[in-house]
Amino acid sequence: MARRQSLATTSLWTLLAWGVGFVMFFPILWTGMTAFKSEVNAYTMPENWWSTPWTTENFAIVQERSNYLRYVFNTSVIAFFSTVLGLILAIPAAWSMAFQPEALPSVNISGRVWILIIVGAGAIAAAIALSVGWQLRDNPILGFALMLIIGLPITAWVWTRRTGDKLLWMLSTKMMPPAGALIPIYLIFNRNGLIFKDWGVVNLSDWTLMDTFLGMIPLMMLLNLPIIIWMLYTYFKEIPFEILEAARMDGAGLWQELSKVLAPMAVPGIASTLLLNVILSWNEAFWTLNLTNKYAAPLSFFISEYSSPEGQFWAKLSAASLMAIAPIMVLGWFSQRQLVRGLTFGAVK
Amino acid sequence: MGSITLQGVRKDFGNVSIIKGVDLEIHDGDFVVFVGPSGCGKSTLLRLISGLEDVTGGVISIDGKDVTDVGPADRGLAMVFQSYALYPHMTVRKNIAFPLMMAKLPQSEIDAKVARAAKSLNLGDYLERRPGQLSGGQRQRVAIGRAIVRDPTAFLFDEPLSNLDAALRVQMRLEIADLHQSLKKTMVYVTHDQVEAMTLADKIVVLDKGTIAQVGSPLDLYNKPDNLFVAKFIGSPTMNVFEGPSAQKRNATSVGIRPEHLDISTTSGELKSKVRVAEQLGSDTFVYADVEGVGSMTVRHEGQAALKAGDTLYLTPQEPRVHRFDAAGLRIN
Repeated sequence: MARRQSLATTSLWTLLAWGVGFVMFFPILWTGMTAFKSEVNAYTMPENWWSTPWTTENFAIVQERSNYLRYVFNTSVIAFFSTVLGLILAIPAAWSMAFQPEALPSVNISGRVWILIIVGAGAIAAAIALSVGWQLRDNPILGFALMLIIGLPITAWVWTRRTGDKLLWMLSTKMMPPAGALIPIYLIFNRNGLIFKDWGVVNLSDWTLMDTFLGMIPLMMLLNLPIIIWMLYTYFKEIPFEILEAARMDGAGLWQELSKVLAPMAVPGIASTLLLNVILSWNEAFWTLNLTNKYAAPLSFFISEYSSPEGQFWAKLSAASLMAIAPIMVLGWFSQRQLVRGLTFGAVK
Repeated sequence: MGSITLQGVRKDFGNVSIIKGVDLEIHDGDFVVFVGPSGCGKSTLLRLISGLEDVTGGVISIDGKDVTDVGPADRGLAMVFQSYALYPHMTVRKNIAFPLMMAKLPQSEIDAKVARAAKSLNLGDYLERRPGQLSGGQRQRVAIGRAIVRDPTAFLFDEPLSNLDAALRVQMRLEIADLHQSLKKTMVYVTHDQVEAMTLADKIVVLDKGTIAQVGSPLDLYNKPDNLFVAKFIGSPTMNVFEGPSAQKRNATSVGIRPEHLDISTTSGELKSKVRVAEQLGSDTFVYADVEGVGSMTVRHEGQAALKAGDTLYLTPQEPRVHRFDAAGLRIN
């Protein structure tokens, strides 16, 4: 505002802003304070936060009971590798959508015909399943065939959309509540005896996806892939296409165009995307709680151990929470400028 | 060496036909300028030659070899873009060296060629700077340096002077002309500015809505335009074109006369007019007059004519300079 305000008005607004900030920060503050109280005294919070003594015993107990560093390692591995894998897949996708967008659907069938095709495929699949009395359990080939019958028309529909629609569809996959996909994914992770069996040449029967990095990393990557593609897409759109064309005229092949010209120019965008998605992976609780137990369990699992049927251990829970968010808060602190720029960059244009 | 041939080249974007069948012969060492109004397809045609766009139909050959399906990197051409398209994260030296690095030349050879290109374009002091630290003219020279360092078969320029201010434009125009003199390579140049076209070109290709309206040397187009479109496009101010009794008198549907080929008199002449505006430039006088039965006409008179708005003026076209056009807009000889 260009007008000069009176001291009273400025003070009032400043106080209000600090108040709102305090309210937003309060849960973290309370967690922090509870972590330093003994378990018994934690129950009296927040009334007696001043009078009861401070202690660091909770951190010791938590570290004794569970191997904190192991959980940090697991979380770091899952967060980092899923994001890097996501970047590897997303860079070509975002490149093609940003620089070679399609303005029209590549196949011109009306929407009604598409619905007819997809619903029809579903009906055919249902009819086939009905004919075997829904006994698909020991019939993997039939199950796979049914999956193809339903999946191919839907895939074809997505592939033929124009770029804007494809992006929107990708984002829509994030709109579904994860609980809706829990059962199928749980079954995939758990019941994979069809693939992880003794093939004769190699014996995979000891393998499984449940509670392993092999399962968690691709899953986290797929969860965040729409966001990674979207963020890279908005960054790539800022890069003038003529520079890539100049690289082509200069004799650069596709790999050189991506690695020597596009990637260096998009480094801020790639860094922001990397940071944001590491944070999203780090904080993911729903899938990690359901699909891990011990070997690949990340910090969200670590926190949940203290909120169990045995009781709510407020102090230890708070201590565990602090230990879980500490690394990511440090990362966020040092990269805050990059993060803010990454999240708001698209808005400025 | 350096000849480009287009046969029946067509380009459609979806249902819209941008280039509607172009046949063109560019000889080695020519400076060819594609010129035309916005949307006529000149940039598209250049991009088809460069390989950045694929043709919908027709054949493009370079030095007799069919390159229609060859990618832009392998056609042996170099392009200077309107916005220079320099790599912002690389120094000037790396920018100029980039094509040579892509060709995997040994480092010593790269350094030598970059030094030579930088010297010929006066970029020696700027080699370690980034493009963001250069002025418009310097950036343009880096873009040209990047193009010449590859020793290409032909150079392609896509409106390279459009982003420069007027004074710099004149200077860079001369530098490009000097470049053509010294390198003697084929150059294909796109511009919407007909002054650039007239001053730089050996051969001008005038494009109108995706087809060639006329190909010829600058003076050919000036003296003998094949159709009304070229007649009105070339020459500044625009040629006066009128129909009616004056045209019929000369056995044509419409006639054209350039503003500089009209004789003026306050006493007698063929066309009677009233002066609307008289612009005194010192060396010339531009008179905008409303002619009875014809409409508005522009006259360029050498020297200073004492005219003002409202004066009566008689205009007489110089007969040898009158252009006659038939009903289809084509020239009658």
